[in-house]
Amino acid sequence: MPSLQRVQKPTTRKGKKILLAKEPKVFEDVKKKLFLTGRKASEVLRNCSKDLYKLSKPHAVILSRKNDILPFENIVPVENLCRNNDASLFFFSTTNKKRPNSLTIGRLFDGRLLDMVEFCINDYKSFDQFTASIPAETKPCLVFSGELWEQSQELAKVKSLLVDVFRGEVIDAVRLQGLEHVIMFTATNDNILMRSYQIQLKKSSTKLPRVELEDLGPHIDMVLKRTKFASEDLMKRACRTPQEAKSKPKKNVSKDALGTTHGRIHMGKQKVGTIQTRKMKGLKKTAAEKRVARKSKKAN
Amino acid sequence: MDILEDILQKEAKKSEKYKTTDVEKNVELELDLGNLLALDTNDLNLQELKSHKEKYLLNLARDNTQLLLNKLWDLPSERREDIVVAKLPAGTLRLPREKPCPKPKPLTKWQEYALEKGIKKKKKTNAVWDDIVQKWIPRFGYKKAELERQKDWVLEVPGNADPMEDQFAKKAEKKKEKVSKNEFQRLRNIAKAKKIKVPKEGLPSVANPSSDLLNTAAKVARVSTASLGKFQPKLPKEKTLKENVIAPKRVKRDHSKISSIDEKSSHLKIIDSILGKKPKLDIEKAVNRQVFQEQHERSEEKKTQKSKGGKKRRKTSIPSKARKGGKISKPRVGKVNTKKGKGGVGGGRKRR
Repeated sequence: MPSLQRVQKPTTRKGKKILLAKEPKVFEDVKKKLFLTGRKASEVLRNCSKDLYKLSKPHAVILSRKNDILPFENIVPVENLCRNNDASLFFFSTTNKKRPNSLTIGRLFDGRLLDMVEFCINDYKSFDQFTASIPAETKPCLVFSGELWEQSQELAKVKSLLVDVFRGEVIDAVRLQGLEHVIMFTATNDNILMRSYQIQLKKSSTKLPRVELEDLGPHIDMVLKRTKFASEDLMKRACRTPQEAKSKPKKNVSKDALGTTHGRIHMGKQKVGTIQTRKMKGLKKTAAEKRVARKSKKAN
Repeated sequence: MDILEDILQKEAKKSEKYKTTDVEKNVELELDLGNLLALDTNDLNLQELKSHKEKYLLNLARDNTQLLLNKLWDLPSERREDIVVAKLPAGTLRLPREKPCPKPKPLTKWQEYALEKGIKKKKKTNAVWDDIVQKWIPRFGYKKAELERQKDWVLEVPGNADPMEDQFAKKAEKKKEKVSKNEFQRLRNIAKAKKIKVPKEGLPSVANPSSDLLNTAAKVARVSTASLGKFQPKLPKEKTLKENVIAPKRVKRDHSKISSIDEKSSHLKIIDSILGKKPKLDIEKAVNRQVFQEQHERSEEKKTQKSKGGKKRRKTSIPSKARKGGKISKPRVGKVNTKKGKGGVGGGRKRR
């Protein structure tokens, strides 16, 4: 017999709000990131996760405690931690003899693992080694270079994950002067190189600005190791757009050259004959008249 | 012509002074402006990458960013809160959602009923004026209970009630029952929404069941066989059933012992009861049927009648009790409210 014991109402308004915020939405918020450490993490990894955390603030949580977790063996503890923090992206850093400096990046769908990839970091340069800086919460431009991003199916999936991780907020308009950050991922035969630059817009002879870049950091040279991708079915389910989010074409509304909006309205036929006008006592039928009318109706 | 040359020279100087914004690529970039995303599928210069790694990557990034920004600068712009922004198209790269699409909330039993009947929720005022305390009393929530206590410091004992009965306790009990009924309905709605089958009678699942509850459970389990527990062996220390609450009592009939005379008389009784049936005349039902028929006729007549007339009705010989809103000026007798003399005539329309 299924039990109904744990059907509990939130007792406080605040609790209710928190639960409501965790429910599925038509237009979702920014995916929250969770930074975790495994049994042991090297300095490189610690710096790396700190820097990536700085990049993704305020939509990120960093947990400093060590966890005895191996995500590729058992993902459940990671899922639980993500659920507790309402996060759907995770960065798991651990180092050991067999897999030195391994950074696992993954994402969840509906509280369950969707896909994750493991990188081994070979070379790392942190923010501190560069002078340039950008304001917080800057939405980065993302550039992927190298033919491998398209040719290799595995890398195409990794690209989708990296875009999801680094794209930040979903926006419908952007202030062009505020584009200050670009992250480039270059896929060579053996490495994936992540570079992050500050954009400087310089004057040019045309209307378009001349782009100059300055090193911002972090620089990560990494090798793709183990992967675990979602089944096609699950990915399809995860990529579904709700009906409410799909925009419908606007019918019967047009704009002319002067910018005036024109709308076409369809009106039903108006029954002028039977329409109720103002009631007046003088126009009322007397009882006798009504009787006559009824009788004539009956006779018909 | 001098002027033209001058201008051309100036332009040339200008373009010399500034670096170009053009970038040449063999394969054009795949751009996803909605996500500020660019994909450069051109071959990498691996030699250059090995020898001057950082410089090469910086140049590559600069070129690609330039191309991306060139496209972004071409987008239509708009003024929002005193800032000029470029409107971005929707992103083309499909990315998975964080959580599944929201499903519509299942309706409660009442909501379903209201939808079917077309009942709409009416906005009520937050507070109601009370003449006794001369104050606005909130319908629920903050300060409601306190004001209610002020108002009900004394309670009237109804005429036919036991004078020794505690009216306050009775009121509190009533309130408690209402609350628990509401809670029950809430749980039932949740169970319905989650498609959980709830047992109609018997055993709710409780965290710490009492001995009474466990006894009932044992009883239910005992009779839950095809033979209703007839052949069920007794458990050690099982209490004897005081009464079988669940299964109906089975009346044993010993057919061998019935004499032929008794059998004959019982059969005759049955035949008599069937053949001797007389149709019952239910006057109220008959009257109602008549009234309905007449009303139906009249409404049909009205529908066919195009011109909008008054609402005058023919006189009928129907007793006034069965009519509602008719025009017979017979005083009502039956339904005078004897408890509280505020309204005088209770129910239906007021007459003068």
